[in-house]
This record gives sequence, C-alpha cells and structure tokens, in this order.
Amino acid sequence: MSDFLTFLLIVIESTIRLATPLILAALGGLFSERSGVINIALEGKMLAGAFTAAGVTYAADVSFGMGSASPWVGLLAGMLAGLFIAAIYAITCIKFKADQVVSGAAINILMFGIPGFLSGALFLSSGSTPQLPKDHLLPQSPWIIAVAIGVLVAAIWYVVYKTPFGLRLRSVGEKPEAADAAGVSVSKMRYWGVLLAGVLAGMGGAYLSIGQSSLFTRNMTAGRGFIALAALIFGKWRPVQTLLACLLFGFTEAVSNQLQDLIKFPSGEKLPVQFIHMVPYVLTIVVLAGFIGSSRPPRALGIPYQKEK
Amino acid sequence: MPKLARDLLFPLIAVVAAFIVGGILILLVGDNPIVAYRLLLGSALSWPDGIGYTLFHATPLIFTGLAVLVGFRCGLFNIGAEGQLYIAAFATAWVGITFASRSAWILVPLCFLGAILAGALWGAIPGVLKAYFGSHEVINTIMLNFIAVALVSYFTQYHYRVPGDPILQSAFVGEGAHIARLGKFIPGFPERIPLNLAFLLALLCCLLVYLFLWRTKWGYEIRATGSNPTAAEYGGISVRKQIVLAMAVSGALAGMVGINEVMGYRYRYYDGFSDNYGFTGIAVALLGRNHPVGVILAALLFAVLQHGGIYVDGFSEHITKDIVQVLQGIIILFVAAEAFFKWSLGRFGFRRLKA
Repeated sequence: MSDFLTFLLIVIESTIRLATPLILAALGGLFSERSGVINIALEGKMLAGAFTAAGVTYAADVSFGMGSASPWVGLLAGMLAGLFIAAIYAITCIKFKADQVVSGAAINILMFGIPGFLSGALFLSSGSTPQLPKDHLLPQSPWIIAVAIGVLVAAIWYVVYKTPFGLRLRSVGEKPEAADAAGVSVSKMRYWGVLLAGVLAGMGGAYLSIGQSSLFTRNMTAGRGFIALAALIFGKWRPVQTLLACLLFGFTEAVSNQLQDLIKFPSGEKLPVQFIHMVPYVLTIVVLAGFIGSSRPPRALGIPYQKEK
Repeated sequence: MPKLARDLLFPLIAVVAAFIVGGILILLVGDNPIVAYRLLLGSALSWPDGIGYTLFHATPLIFTGLAVLVGFRCGLFNIGAEGQLYIAAFATAWVGITFASRSAWILVPLCFLGAILAGALWGAIPGVLKAYFGSHEVINTIMLNFIAVALVSYFTQYHYRVPGDPILQSAFVGEGAHIARLGKFIPGFPERIPLNLAFLLALLCCLLVYLFLWRTKWGYEIRATGSNPTAAEYGGISVRKQIVLAMAVSGALAGMVGINEVMGYRYRYYDGFSDNYGFTGIAVALLGRNHPVGVILAALLFAVLQHGGIYVDGFSEHITKDIVQVLQGIIILFVAAEAFFKWSLGRFGFRRLKA
C-alpha cells in the first residue's frame, strides 16, 4: 500500500511540474483570446521567455555574481521578453490590423530562429545556453509551485469575472461594437489582453528553462505552446476549466511510461508512446467539434476591429 | 497605383525591409552583414551545385505554397500542410514498399496516387470539421499536424523499419518507384544533385492550379466562397462542399512533397525529413500574394536562403543558419502588416502610393 502511495506522490509531483508551463501559457492565452485576439504565437512567446530567462540567469550569476537572486532576475527577464514579443504581435494585429493567424505564425517562425541566432553570437553555441548551477534555479518543490499556481488562477478568475476590467475585456471579445458604443476602448483592452498573454507565456517559458531544466536547449518548448492552446480550448476559454485541462495533459505526460505498461494492444504489443502524445490534440479536435460537450470561442475572436467613422 | 505594380511593390518592400532589419541584427552581434548576405545569397548562383540545390529546395516549397494558396482563395487558413505532407510521404513509401516488385509503369502512378490521396484525405478532415461541425480549421490543422507526426513516427518505428536500423526510417521502396533526376537529361549536371522530375511536376501544378481556380466552375465557386461565403450561398453555391473540396485539393498539393522526397530523393521514408516546408509554405503563399506565379518566385527566394544558410553556418563564426529562420519570420510579419508600409509611406509624403 505504501508503495502505491509513494507512486501516487511521485505522479502528483511530476504532474504539477509538467503542467506548470502549460498553465501559465494557457492562462496567458485566455486573456488574449477573451479580448478577441487569437493566440497561436504562445509557442514563440514561450521560446522567448525560456531563452531569455536562461541567458539572463547565467549572466546574472556568472558576470554579476548575484548568486541565488539570479533566477529571479532571469524570471523577470523572461517575462519581459514575452512582453516584448507580445508588443510586436499586438502592434501588427491591433494597430495595423494584420491577420492574427498570419502574424502569429510569423512570430513562431521568428522565435524559432532567434534563440539559435543569439546563442551563436553570445555563447558561441548552436542553440543552447550554458549550464546553470543546480542551486541557482527557481524553487523546485512542487508544493510551493502548486500554491503559487493556485493563487494565480484564483486571481485570474477574480480579475476576469469580478472586476470592471474583466468585464470590459470579455465584452470586446464578444461584441466589440457594443463595447465601443458603451465607451470602452477596444484597442486598449486588446493591447492589455495580448500583453498579459506575453508576460504569462514568457513566465511559462522561463519555468521550463530555469525551473524544470537548468539551461535552454534548441526548440525546448517542443510544441508546449500549442498544447497550452489546446488546453485553453479544451477548457472552454474559462480559467478553472483551463487549469484542469492543463493538469490532465500534464498527468498524461507524467504517467506515459506507466500507461504504456497498463494498456496493451490485443496482440500484446505495448501502447506506443506516440499514441499518448496524441491525447491532447485528439481531445481538442473532439471537443471543438462538439462531440463531447461544446466549446464555443469568443464571438469576435480573430476579427480585427474597425471603428466606424 | 495599378494592381500589378502594387502586387510586385509590397512584397519587394517587405523583403528589402526584412533584410535591413536582419542586417541590423547581424551588426548588433558583431558581424558584417554584407559578408553574411553575400554568403547567404551568392552561394545559390554557382553552377551546377548552387542552382541545382536551390531548385531542389524550391520544389517542396512550391507544393506547400500552392497548398496554402488554394486554402486562402477559399477563405481558409491551412496551417496543416506540414502534417499533410508527412502523411503523404509515408503513404508514398508504403505504396512503394508494398508493391515493390511491380514495374515503373504501374508503380509510379500508384505512388503518385498514394501521395495525392493521402494528402487529400488528411486535408479533408479539417475541411469536414469546419463545414459540418463549425470548428475552426486553424486550430484543427495545428492539432492534426502533431497527430500526423506522431502517427507516421509510430508506423515507421514499429512496422516499417528495417530491423536493427538505428535511424528512424523505412525500408527502401522498389526500383520501379524511382523517378529520374534531372542530371539524366542535362549534360554537365551531375546526378548526385537530387533535383528531380518532381520539380517539373511542381511547375506543372502551378499551371494546373491557375487553370483550376480561374478557368473552371469549381475554381470559381471556391473563390466565390472565399471572397464572400454568404453571397456564395445565396448564389446557389454549396459553401460546405467548397470548403471540403478546397481543403482536399490543398492537402493533395502538400502531399506531392512526398513525391519529391520519397520517389526522387531518398527512396524511402525518413522520419522528420521536412525542414518546416509546411510552415514556410505559408510564407511562400503570402509573399507570392496568393498567385501561382508569385508562389514560384517566393519559393525560389526561400530556397536560395535555405541553401545559403548551410554556407553561412560553415563560414561565419557568429552567425548560424538560424538567420534564415529569422529573416523568414520578419518577412511574413512585414507582409502581414502591409498596412504598416501604407502608413509609413503616407507619413513620408508618398500619398499617391497609398491606394
């Protein structure tokens, strides 16, 4: 029995660790999408956050001798990097009314290249940052992280549903004309949504490189930005459901080895790991099509707002 | 300003602007942009290797560019070319392995059919989901990309790998499934350069896509759906049918990358072969302003960069081939934000150009 409890504890711990970057990015995406701006660029923003956090933590540690404060400087830098990328995205989509999906794709392609480009110049490496010392990383205890995430989700839920800011944000995502007529600045609320998404996705990326790991490696997000997007849709664009979706996806990843042994094909063949990787994507397609419950996007999602003259 | 001039001017401005921004980035990391760009662009002009490889790299990009174009013309954003081409390339190899002993007369058409049908089917899935369940094709194509990659990797790893092969790749296809490399026909052009008949097929597809979209009833209905679905519906066009059709055609075009890869280059399925062809296809279609001729030009530009990237990697100390990815991202960003140029042109007093 105690074996089982130990196993359970390990699974819970790794679920939290694996879900954290997803939760941060997905909640970021929530702000952006609820304001009416599609966010397929979460992947790029996470990459920006992950690379910057690892690079800055290294610099703070080695060049400035900031010791155990350095990961916090790194985290802040990662969030700022996410913010910076989000600002580029926001200006193209909101000010210049570019197609949101096109500019999102452009940001992803750009951020796929930038870390490699900069790491070549800064660290003479091909796409990774130097290793950080193990004691100069973000807190490792999953319980501390769980509490932090819990507080964050509660705060986001409160902001989105219980404050005037949240009401305005949701209204420009549903009916921008009505919000505009009521005196809400559609552009301003959308800037807020996209920029908050950048900060949170950058934070999620930073947790990947200086929390879960101790350096940045090439394309280290490996599609997590898209899993976060999947979780946001699976969670029907609501904070608590999105959190649960991220935990579910984190859980499947955490138990993928155990699942392989547990589920066998009739032929006796082990369940290949590829099928476990597909779970979030298949679930998203199924939910979006309305096969199980239904997931309705914000009404004005993806449509640039043209103020009537 | 006349339409043709605008169609040429804005992509050109976007490319030049991207090179300027890229040049500034190169300067910032302490390298000489002129030297870097000379390596990046110059290496593509050498005969036969530079030109041969550039055209070889352009082949999949023409296919994926056309795929994205057909989607766009129907008002759909196919981000799923990457998944479609993986499924199709695997299907091509599967046909080539399963019927390996057949002669080329049977096997070549059969493999073509495998690539085209597999791509069309995988592309039609998000089409059906959009047309009949109302779910957004962007999300579904993104999700299907990951599913496709996992699926073909599973089949390669567990069912079609030569036992003991450490590399994730399938067995070889039959000799009958090989299509000729252009070196066979062009004197002085070595056959080791993998440029093959699929390149000519890609050019043919540009013509076919043009004729299909602008000279047939189906193409007209697709474009009508793209420009105004409500009006098209009132005009008696079944919008649902057009959406599924356009996505299937789009997937079929992306699938033809499999012909170039499996039948003309590696003669087997090699897992993870695509160098982001599906995503670069988005850039190709946008920069080519969703016209087949534009697609050829844009595909050539990105192929030059891709080929030059290898040289930059080898010769320059600070700059890696990632600069290609960076330039590509900036180019699409500028193309997407065309309004930015109109706005800045207006600011600098070129009001006549704003049209």
